[in-house]
Amino acid sequence: MPAYSWNFSSLLAYKSLLLTGLGYTVFYTLICVVLGIVIGVLTALPRLSSSSWIAAPFRAYVELFRCTPVLVQLVWFYYALPVLTGIQISATTAAVSCLSLYGGAFYSEIFRGGIISIEEGQTEAARALGMRRGQIMWRVVLPQALRRMVPPLVNQSIMQLKNTSLLSVLALPDLLYQGQVIAHDSYRPLEVYSVVAVAYFLLLLPATVMSRRLENRLGRRAGA
Amino acid sequence: MNALIEISHLKKSFGQLDVLKDVSLTVNKGEVVSLLGPSGSGKSTLLRCVNLLTVPDGGAIRVDTQAITFGQGKSSKLPGDRALSSFRATTGMVFQQFNLFPHMTVLANVMEGPVTVKKVPRNVARSQALALLAKVGLQDRADYYPDMLSGGQKQRVAIARALAMEPAVMLFDEATSALDPELVGEVLGVMKGLAAEGMTMIIVTHEIAFAREVADKVVFMRDGVVVEQGPPSVVIDNPQCDATRQFLSHFYGK
Repeated sequence: MPAYSWNFSSLLAYKSLLLTGLGYTVFYTLICVVLGIVIGVLTALPRLSSSSWIAAPFRAYVELFRCTPVLVQLVWFYYALPVLTGIQISATTAAVSCLSLYGGAFYSEIFRGGIISIEEGQTEAARALGMRRGQIMWRVVLPQALRRMVPPLVNQSIMQLKNTSLLSVLALPDLLYQGQVIAHDSYRPLEVYSVVAVAYFLLLLPATVMSRRLENRLGRRAGA
Repeated sequence: MNALIEISHLKKSFGQLDVLKDVSLTVNKGEVVSLLGPSGSGKSTLLRCVNLLTVPDGGAIRVDTQAITFGQGKSSKLPGDRALSSFRATTGMVFQQFNLFPHMTVLANVMEGPVTVKKVPRNVARSQALALLAKVGLQDRADYYPDMLSGGQKQRVAIARALAMEPAVMLFDEATSALDPELVGEVLGVMKGLAAEGMTMIIVTHEIAFAREVADKVVFMRDGVVVEQGPPSVVIDNPQCDATRQFLSHFYGK
């Protein structure tokens, strides 16, 4: 079997297409991480309520989005929702709302888990000092919970970036979609997808290294 | 003389279990009261009711000028967050497991109550906290974090943290039960010092010898009721009830 002869230089002509793709991937990731975290916080707090009437609808949201594949959600948002509601939405709107809600469901679990992982004794000690409910959350529970949440938050955000590759099914020009375009045009799919894979890797590796550093810095005071 | 703390006809159930059945108790200013009894007797629940960490189902509690009545008919509702907080701010509590805030330094732990609850200026709270740390012998540990301290040191910080609120009464919930035997003495020493200064204290403890030495009044509880109360020379040395005698025999039988 003859060895495949790699030819990366032919891809240089497509440099700007790849950079555009990279830009869109970063752009969608940032928006979906920020919106996802906001949704996560806003849905985690009512889920901690002792009233199941308040908690139930938010739990339903989380389970709905956790238990269906994000690719199915994307297609459903873009193709099914407009038919059902009669409202035409752009691919960008569908993509951003879908990925944010999907990520939000997981962020919500991370926030809820982090908050309930703080020992009851911490809340009791704060109460015994006469602190109000909000003060206890803000001064005692959240500072400790956030330290524990950093690793899963980083993890989920990395997933968010990788999930943007699914946006190519809605013909949004993210990194993977641009790769597909270039592969069709250049007849060099092996080189193109190798470059795309390396680009994702180079984007995420510094993020994981930074999160490890952050973890070490915060982790020192996380124990009791 | 009017009592500082007045607990009357207190009732508390957890589901089917009646943990407190009509308990009444008065504590005078400067008095040290020790609650003794087997586990499940309701002594810890009674202590936790005094600062409303556990909210009673019925009865009334007065601490100094603050009074709350519980469970009078259907119209009464639980006290709100604000009422509970201001009530609790007048009592200091020390827990078996210390429950120091691990993300704050020793100094910040002691300052937290005055700064956050009483809105004391930081510099004032700081010098008060340092004085309290000196009092429990830990002024040189002010910048340490709790996880760098021994159990006995943690508990002394917890005592300083509670004292920082200038409470009318200090509540100790088995404050030495989680400590290694060689560290018990330093915590009991601090408690003894407080008693000598005239601090009003309610102490749940298994340290019978300590109760006999420090307490003005010993209250023996079993199955949610006060079986016997009086000075230690009576309740500990010469108990009148079988239940008390039986309980104490576990400590002297060894």
